Amino acid sequence: MTNQYEPVIGLEVHVQLKTESKIFCSCPTQFGAEPNQNTCPVCLGLPGSLPVLNERVLELGIKVGLALGCQISSKIKFDRKNYFYPDLPKAYQISQYDMPVASKGSLAVEVKQDNNEFIQKKIGITRAHLEEDAGKLLHEGVRDGSWVDYNRAGVPLLEIVSEPDLRSPEEAFQYLVSLKAILQYLDVSDCNMEEGSLRCDANVSIRKKGETKFGTKVEIKNMNSFRAVQKALAYEIKRQTEAVENGEKISQETRLWNESKGQTFSMRSKEYAHDYRYFPEPDLVPFTVSTARIEELRKSLPELPKARIERFHKEYGLSEYDAYVLVSDKELGDYFESTVCEKVSPKLASNWIQSEFLALVNKDGIEIKEAPIKPKAFAGLLKLIEDNTVSGKIAKDIFPQMWATGASAESIVKEQGLVQVTDTKLLEEIADRVIKSNQKTVDEIRSGKPQAIGFLVGQVMKETKGKANPKLINEILERKLASLGHGKA
Amino acid sequence: MELYQLTLKQAQELLAKNPGRKSELITALSNRLKNVDPKIKAYINFDSKRIESQKNEKAKGLLAGVPISIKDNIVTQDWETTCASKILKGFIPPYDATVVRKLREAGALIFGKCNMDEFAFGSSCETSCFGPTHNPWNLDYVPGGSSGGSAAAVASDIAIAALGSDTGGSIRQPASFCGVVGLKPTYGRVSRYGLVAFGSSLDQIGPITKTVEDSAMMMNVLAGHDERDSTSANVPVPDYTTFLSKDVKGLKIGLPKEYFVKGLDPEVEKAVRQAVKVFQDLGATCIEVNFPHMKYAVAVYYIVAVAEASSNLGRFDGVEYGFRHESANLRDMYFETRDQGFGAEAKRRILLGTFVLSAGYYDAYYLKGLKVRTLIKQDFDQAFQKVDLILGPTAPTPPFKIGEKMNDPLSMYLSDIYTISANLAGVPAMSLPCGFSANGLPIGMQLTAKPFDEGTIFRAASAYEATAKWHEKHPKL
Repeated sequence: MTNQYEPVIGLEVHVQLKTESKIFCSCPTQFGAEPNQNTCPVCLGLPGSLPVLNERVLELGIKVGLALGCQISSKIKFDRKNYFYPDLPKAYQISQYDMPVASKGSLAVEVKQDNNEFIQKKIGITRAHLEEDAGKLLHEGVRDGSWVDYNRAGVPLLEIVSEPDLRSPEEAFQYLVSLKAILQYLDVSDCNMEEGSLRCDANVSIRKKGETKFGTKVEIKNMNSFRAVQKALAYEIKRQTEAVENGEKISQETRLWNESKGQTFSMRSKEYAHDYRYFPEPDLVPFTVSTARIEELRKSLPELPKARIERFHKEYGLSEYDAYVLVSDKELGDYFESTVCEKVSPKLASNWIQSEFLALVNKDGIEIKEAPIKPKAFAGLLKLIEDNTVSGKIAKDIFPQMWATGASAESIVKEQGLVQVTDTKLLEEIADRVIKSNQKTVDEIRSGKPQAIGFLVGQVMKETKGKANPKLINEILERKLASLGHGKA
Repeated sequence: MELYQLTLKQAQELLAKNPGRKSELITALSNRLKNVDPKIKAYINFDSKRIESQKNEKAKGLLAGVPISIKDNIVTQDWETTCASKILKGFIPPYDATVVRKLREAGALIFGKCNMDEFAFGSSCETSCFGPTHNPWNLDYVPGGSSGGSAAAVASDIAIAALGSDTGGSIRQPASFCGVVGLKPTYGRVSRYGLVAFGSSLDQIGPITKTVEDSAMMMNVLAGHDERDSTSANVPVPDYTTFLSKDVKGLKIGLPKEYFVKGLDPEVEKAVRQAVKVFQDLGATCIEVNFPHMKYAVAVYYIVAVAEASSNLGRFDGVEYGFRHESANLRDMYFETRDQGFGAEAKRRILLGTFVLSAGYYDAYYLKGLKVRTLIKQDFDQAFQKVDLILGPTAPTPPFKIGEKMNDPLSMYLSDIYTISANLAGVPAMSLPCGFSANGLPIGMQLTAKPFDEGTIFRAASAYEATAKWHEKHPKL
């Protein structure tokens, strides 16, 4: 039976803004300090302490809003969200309720169609608001009971909420990739999910295709990577579809993703939903941000992914899809541009980065900037291909060696005598031999199957142990076959 | 005259001339405390060893060597601060409130921590977990609240001057009940950093002193912008003592029609009317003004203040500091800690505040409350277009007896009927003595001015004080 349901997905992303100090006090935000080292009366919520807004946090929040095409609220106001939990020192979180710093924006996402083509889809951004992070409970590796580390309390967060515009786990994944790219280009966050500087909760419901009303939504939490978000959504959509098909009702609840089990589990149902008793934070006086200041920030925005894709397309002649892949990770885009700077073909660089280079990066599970082959050395290899010193095939053997040893392409080629054979006399002799001993293929070519020449090229390559220039072989073979043909005629 | 009887001005002059007498003054005050406070119970934290070790320290500044007492909801570094609540017992703040830091920088010595209603919830000083403070003029009566300890200490000469806090009248009403001078400054005039919050949009710290001049001297130290308090105003601070000893000729004083109505004790009305006469004799013009929304002030206050309080008091949960009832699980720990840690009035206000902020009730109560609050502010704006000051009673009655209103919270709340609106509007207001009841208990009147116009209050109050001389009367102890 074909699936008659479609999922409706909205994402809530918490981004830790990259500031030296916390949102309402001057404590450092650095990760990995001794427990409770980065604290003061304000972020500990000690009686009598008061918050003072870190202006830098607001600036970063506005920049993200502008990059997402949002309206920026001219009035900045904070509210208290009240609830009890030991990691929340004041028993309320200072957040923004009815006046988020940014609202009504959108994000363009590349979505793969059924025919494997990519189209762009605009995902609405409902709002982005500023708030403070809570502390962290430690249950393990400590003495009896639970302990609280307040280093994270008061770390600045921007919560970015999407419209329920996403229609598949893949779209959700691509949304996250695109959002992360923007945040990286703006340099407003480390976007490190493991350290918690980027967190994502998902809301998902299903409905019959063609239906315009939304189904009952379920919130999923506890995903530690973009892939986990994708997997959790896929699981949840399947679970909800099965439930509906069995005539069950979906209950509004919060579910936790369990990565090792690959399942979501119910955490709390709506009956236990908090009443957060939001009200305006009396300790922070609302204030206005001038249009001039907003425009100043708009002008300070760096080149963003959308503009860079456009530029890669125009300046380097890359396809839009190739440009999208390279730009989606700022480091990757930078790596590409540094490579191209060394005067190698952009198309060649793009192909190699997306295939050989990314394969090893992923295999080693490292960041682009940690790659042992720097752009200059990488360009060195590409140049050897371009000037026919080595064939592409040989280059693919050289590449992992460079990766492992750090040696330059030139030195590897020299040491192992991998210089491409461009000695036409030698190649002509081999070509003659190959034509003679593969009469059957020759006949095929002459009976109107020119593509069969590939086999002959391969044979020549084999004899030269891959060191021959395939283009040159092709030319020689074509010339000889043609003259054979003439001979016969 | 005994040293402990000195006003702030006299003490400051004495020590400026003769810094060596600091230790003598401190000893006199400590002895006075030992003799008198067992009856008054104004202090809940007095550490004679600490004072002994500090009394010979050299001091510099505007208040060099002068001892100042502090209400126990203002944090003092390394010195237990309890807000007179069991739930904060044992809490030793690691920092000084901005006002405490300013006093220390001015050379003052922090003398002791004064009793108060628990978390400043009350008008009688009876909700303290340490038990009530007694009125120095008659020990059977309350000193008013919530800054009852501070006011009683100043009135009974066991403090040279003290700090109080005022959310709905908590400086002015006890000043009235104890026959001393209490000023609630303009909201934002004095930093709240280090004041344990009750109603954050209403709270102000202010001085409780023996004279108007002392009040102006204290404000010279306390007032000013604090970068640690976003609600503190960046408005220049005048030298408040320059407003003293100026005449009131030509000053326009408004008498709100709505203040002199049923519920106002005849003795209080008489005293205030006599004060009006004094001002007129001194050359001021007194006219009637209208406060059409005054009747909503108490209701609005008990929505806004308790809403903020319910949120502010959430942090007292047994996790980080203060009292904790050890329990098998987190939920029980929260329930037991807060059940045993808070007194009845604190619980009442937390419940009220939680209710008015709840989903479905927010618009009907809190939001509406904020709107009416704006109307009350507008009443003041309009009145101040006609007059420079507003004069009326501080409290509707003279002091009442200990225990008299403890089981009648509504009648207790009405004790603040005249003081609450100044907090809602954010304007400065002072209570100063204007007479005594037939049974010898003090009566106070209230002078209210435009925002940041404390100067005009000092001008009028000092002129009145110099004529009426009520400050020369002292309770017999």
